[in-house]
Amino acid sequence: MHELSIVANLFEILEEKAKEQKAKKIIMVKLQVGVLSGVVPEFLETTFDIYKKETIADKAKLKIVKIPLKIQCQKCHTEMVKDDFVFVCSKCGAKELKTLSGTELLLEKIELEV
Amino acid sequence: MEKKEVLVLEELLGSNKKIATEIRKKLQEKGILTINLLSSPGAGKTTLLEKIAEVLRPDYRMAVIEGDIETERDSERIRAKGIPAWQIITGGACHLEAKMVAKVFSEIPADLDFLFIENVGNLVCPASYDLGENIRCVILSTPEGDDKPKKYPKAFITSDCLIINKTDLIPPLPFDMENAKREALEINPELKIFITSALKGSGISELTDYFLSSLQKLRQENA
Repeated sequence: MHELSIVANLFEILEEKAKEQKAKKIIMVKLQVGVLSGVVPEFLETTFDIYKKETIADKAKLKIVKIPLKIQCQKCHTEMVKDDFVFVCSKCGAKELKTLSGTELLLEKIELEV
Repeated sequence: MEKKEVLVLEELLGSNKKIATEIRKKLQEKGILTINLLSSPGAGKTTLLEKIAEVLRPDYRMAVIEGDIETERDSERIRAKGIPAWQIITGGACHLEAKMVAKVFSEIPADLDFLFIENVGNLVCPASYDLGENIRCVILSTPEGDDKPKKYPKAFITSDCLIINKTDLIPPLPFDMENAKREALEINPELKIFITSALKGSGISELTDYFLSSLQKLRQENA
């Protein structure tokens, strides 16, 4: 359960962005969360709703886009989505793979009232 | 009232990563190899460190940062081996963060060879936090079962080395060593695997040889 620490970091960024943009309110926060990010989206949502009270984002909606694990074989160059975390190419069996996505823990965008 | 959308694209753990990168750079400049040890509670991290200390201590200088939710017990065990140790008591937090390591950083001697960081016992949260280490080791003890790698993929995917510990307990256990290795290598084909019994002292020299060759590489990069 390190979602609290992550939400605390998120709010640091949110406060900074709101200041930069001279925003009155943040009304939407969109995150990208990869399956290998190590966080549970549902816990992020709960923590976000508790944390947002009495902040500039107190009415903000949290949108989470879940990103699957996508890898590319370095031998046959096939791209594939892996939901079993088995790092073996489904096509040629090679183990030389490159992770393309699925590790994200990213604040993608915010919607503000200015 | 006007609405506005702003593209941010900022990593939520970006501040941790930044501190970790600074720590790594400073330690690397001093020629210190840093190793972050991850495992569930009771997998044998501290006993393993005691045995590593016995092998390395005569010829090399090492120090340990201990992360625990409560008590100084682990640091006291390490100090009893003549090794400097700093205890970070997280007071409930389930993992160490780079900023916690940064706080004790000024006390760490500059003439070390190895800095070990023993993370809070937890196979989930510590995996998300870079502490500035050069090598991340995940420890799996045999009573936990051979099916752990796929149950806790992130800890195994982000590690460089897997230590399968408590092999002395295998006889009464339904632990399948080949399955443990296979599962681990399936999710991370680059894992270096070491088989140890910290209690009996077996397999420790293979592990310290790996740390020593990694130290040599790090210093070659510096030169």
